[in-house]
Amino acid sequence: MNASFDVTSFNAGLVLARPEIFLATVACALLMLDLALSQAQRRWMATLSVVALVVTALLEGLVPVSARTVALGGLFELDRMAQLLKIVTLLTVAVVFLYSTDYLERRGILKGEYYVLGLFASLGALVLISAASLITLFLGLELLSLCLYAMVAFDRDSGIAAESAIKYFVLGSMSTGTLLYGMSILYGITGSLELGAIATSVAHGDAHNIGLIFGAAFIIVGVGFKLGAVPFHMWIPDVYEGSPTPVTLFIGTASKLAAFGLIMRLLPEALGALQADWSQMLVVISVLSMALGSVVAIAQSNIKRMLAYSTISQIGYVLLGVLSGTAQGYQAALFYIVTYVIVAGGAFGMVLLLARQGFEADRLIDYKGLNARSPWFAGMMAILMFSLAGVPPFVGFWAKLGVIQAVLGVGYTWLAVIAVLYSVISAYFYLRIVKLMYFDEPTETTAIGGSALMRTVLSANALLALALGVVPQTLLGLCQQAMR
Amino acid sequence: MQGGELLASVIWLPIIGGILVLAIAGRVQAAKWLSLGVALATFALSLPLWFHFKIGTPEMQFTLRHAWIPAIHSDFHIGIDGISMPLILLTTFTTVLVMISSWDNVHKRVGQYFGAFLLLEGLMIGVFAALDAALFYVFWEAMLLPMFIIIGVWGGPRRVYATIKFFLYTFLGSVLLLVALIYLYLKGGSYELDVFQKMPLTLNEQVFIFLAFFAAFAVKVPMWPVHTWLPDAHVEAPTGGSVVLAAIMLKMGGYGFLRFTLPIAPDAARTLDWFIIALSLTAVVYIGFVALVQRDMKKLIAYSSIAHMGFVTLGLFIGYRILAQSGRLAGIEVGLDGGMVQMLSHGLVSGAMFLCVGVLYDRVHSREISSYGGVVNTMPLFAAFMVLFSLANAGLPGTSGFVGEFLVIIASFRANVWFAFLAGTTLVLGAAYTLWLVKRVIFGEVGNAQVAALKDLTHREFLVLGLLAAAVLLVGIWPAPLLDVLRASTQHLAEMLVVSKVMP
Repeated sequence: MNASFDVTSFNAGLVLARPEIFLATVACALLMLDLALSQAQRRWMATLSVVALVVTALLEGLVPVSARTVALGGLFELDRMAQLLKIVTLLTVAVVFLYSTDYLERRGILKGEYYVLGLFASLGALVLISAASLITLFLGLELLSLCLYAMVAFDRDSGIAAESAIKYFVLGSMSTGTLLYGMSILYGITGSLELGAIATSVAHGDAHNIGLIFGAAFIIVGVGFKLGAVPFHMWIPDVYEGSPTPVTLFIGTASKLAAFGLIMRLLPEALGALQADWSQMLVVISVLSMALGSVVAIAQSNIKRMLAYSTISQIGYVLLGVLSGTAQGYQAALFYIVTYVIVAGGAFGMVLLLARQGFEADRLIDYKGLNARSPWFAGMMAILMFSLAGVPPFVGFWAKLGVIQAVLGVGYTWLAVIAVLYSVISAYFYLRIVKLMYFDEPTETTAIGGSALMRTVLSANALLALALGVVPQTLLGLCQQAMR
Repeated sequence: MQGGELLASVIWLPIIGGILVLAIAGRVQAAKWLSLGVALATFALSLPLWFHFKIGTPEMQFTLRHAWIPAIHSDFHIGIDGISMPLILLTTFTTVLVMISSWDNVHKRVGQYFGAFLLLEGLMIGVFAALDAALFYVFWEAMLLPMFIIIGVWGGPRRVYATIKFFLYTFLGSVLLLVALIYLYLKGGSYELDVFQKMPLTLNEQVFIFLAFFAAFAVKVPMWPVHTWLPDAHVEAPTGGSVVLAAIMLKMGGYGFLRFTLPIAPDAARTLDWFIIALSLTAVVYIGFVALVQRDMKKLIAYSSIAHMGFVTLGLFIGYRILAQSGRLAGIEVGLDGGMVQMLSHGLVSGAMFLCVGVLYDRVHSREISSYGGVVNTMPLFAAFMVLFSLANAGLPGTSGFVGEFLVIIASFRANVWFAFLAGTTLVLGAAYTLWLVKRVIFGEVGNAQVAALKDLTHREFLVLGLLAAAVLLVGIWPAPLLDVLRASTQHLAEMLVVSKVMP
């Protein structure tokens, strides 16, 4: 670390971190404000949080980023990837809050803590994504994880939520420990906590240093857990199912972006020189994730569990991009995770929209005959499902195309074939939702609820999956720049 | 409007129209009229593609290129030649007929039904017009979605099974095509079809690419033994769905072979031609026998489609045998011409046959052959049409069915007498299963009270079948204009086929 403290460069670094500072301040202020609000005024928390997130995203967008800049004494860095990931994370959390408020209010669990914890979790994600040192990386990760554990349990009268929270917490802590162990090995061998310095040291050291590979393996276990890749996926279905749906939505979207930031910082950036080693490990994890996720999802009758297994298999595809170890592969993986979050956010949003008082809409059969009840939202859900299945002209197709292109580019033809074959298997359970909505008659005829705001945002979300599928250039271009 | 913009509007008009129809789907009458209007307008717009088509050049015409996704070097690049232009016209023509014939026959979610067909039309035209492989693939896959919905929502009792089988079967074939396309892209740096066609490839690469293409196109054709989705899909689909499936969707497999397999992997095609020829002849002979024993009219026509499409693939690949036999180019394009004419003719005839079954089904609600008998006594007009289309299906000279089969058999003769003999069995088998169908359904004593109560064709049905009959006879009696359009393109393709792409 820098021995001398330079005030000017520190101040310049603060400018780069302005969005994080702003978000931290607002989150604390809202925590205080919540005490003063009556239950009738609680919705203000939602509004203010959304505004705060959008403003933070704007601030982030205004930060000029040219190349990778390390600041704040080697603790913080900003590059285009971080900028893009952070903006997407912030906007995702804003949308998550918009989707959640009605649901929470109807169930009488509209509490300020949900928003404050969400804001702190977002802050953790931002810190993690911008980490230039193992210390900040770990700090960000813990802030994010601890907030998520609390969010899972925050409906305190629900037994299943408490059970999920314990499970999540125990397994999460174990994985954090594993990750920390891997990091400590790295530190022990390279003698540095800064990612840049570790990278240099690894690149110039003995490439076959068994200790480094040992450390990398532990890091992959930890990261694999956060991403929910097989065989570290066991928590995903139970936590997705047990959490209140708004929290599932949060875990399924924003936290995936952070986990992607984690893997990109640790593997390509810090251990880029060991790419040949970790990419072999990722091949195994990726194939297992695609296989288990897409096969087991077929057996689910609960849509949250189905989407959980779908996440597992989609993460397998993200890893395809990462393991290829090329700029093109990282771009494809970034594009994949961003579009996945958009689409999965919409899918969980639909679950929230259909839920009513005393009715969760989390069984597959609750989607029967949706086309007869609301052709518009059936159409939106169909777009989201086809996009997850990777059928053009929806955005999921370009995501799959990108990662397959990446693995073909490095000569993994067999892997590309396996990937597309599993995408056919997974198409089955996405199609089943479409089948239920369109081919079956409804078992109930209640009109679709939801505030006008939520309906608009949800429709825009689904249409975005179509628009990005028809004209993917903008986002592809952004991802290309981010990884240049 | 002319040139590429015209072609682009033929693609986009039905898609945008379809979205509008879906938006007003609640108001049934308005949705129906709007759909018919859009379908007619699309057909009218597609006619200049024929009138202004320059005969005698294999160059792409009506081309339009627009930057689309620079990140992966893919353009919105469309254009047509003698191979795709007739198929586009077939698509716009068939869609109009489907709209008219479905007018009163759909009873639930009517607006969505018509909207889905318009979307399907635009996407299918896109498949035929795309000159960029990524664009082609987008249309190729997207086309599955409306068809999936059409079979699943408006189909028969086992529609869910049939439509999921249809989707997954075709999706499985397509994803392998995608892998091959990406491989070619990484090699050539562009998704341009032209680049793919000119790219030198080793024989080994070509064989893998050939097999990947085969997976996609053979399923679509469908070739024996990957045909099993078709009888299910046809039987369960509503009449309009069956018509589009038989008349146009099956042609995409043949089109894929013409546009992708043959020009991109000619050496692999030459090496593996025996494989395709064997499968094609199996389809012609074996599936012909299978058709003979069907009890369900739609199933019978579905199997007859597979046998006829076997003729198409035979015609496309027989050229290599001729080349091996005689060492000369002459005759290769006869097979290609025959395959193309057979595709177009089958589009008209099988569409018409499914419409005929639809006419009966609407009245009696049974597809079983045994539910009928002596229909001619109560529906003489209908019987006349049904007999005409059946004879065309059997390849009677003077109908479109004859031209294609005749050309393919001529080409087979040049290659090998035994191939010609086996292909020729269709003249017996095709006549047997179709005429036996006619005998059992149309002729004889009035079978039962329901048949006795049948009413003959309405004006609407008469119009649809009459238009198709005219087209079938026109192509049968005077195929020259069609062959002229095809000639330059098939000639060009034949030349491409024999030039090895393997780098010395």
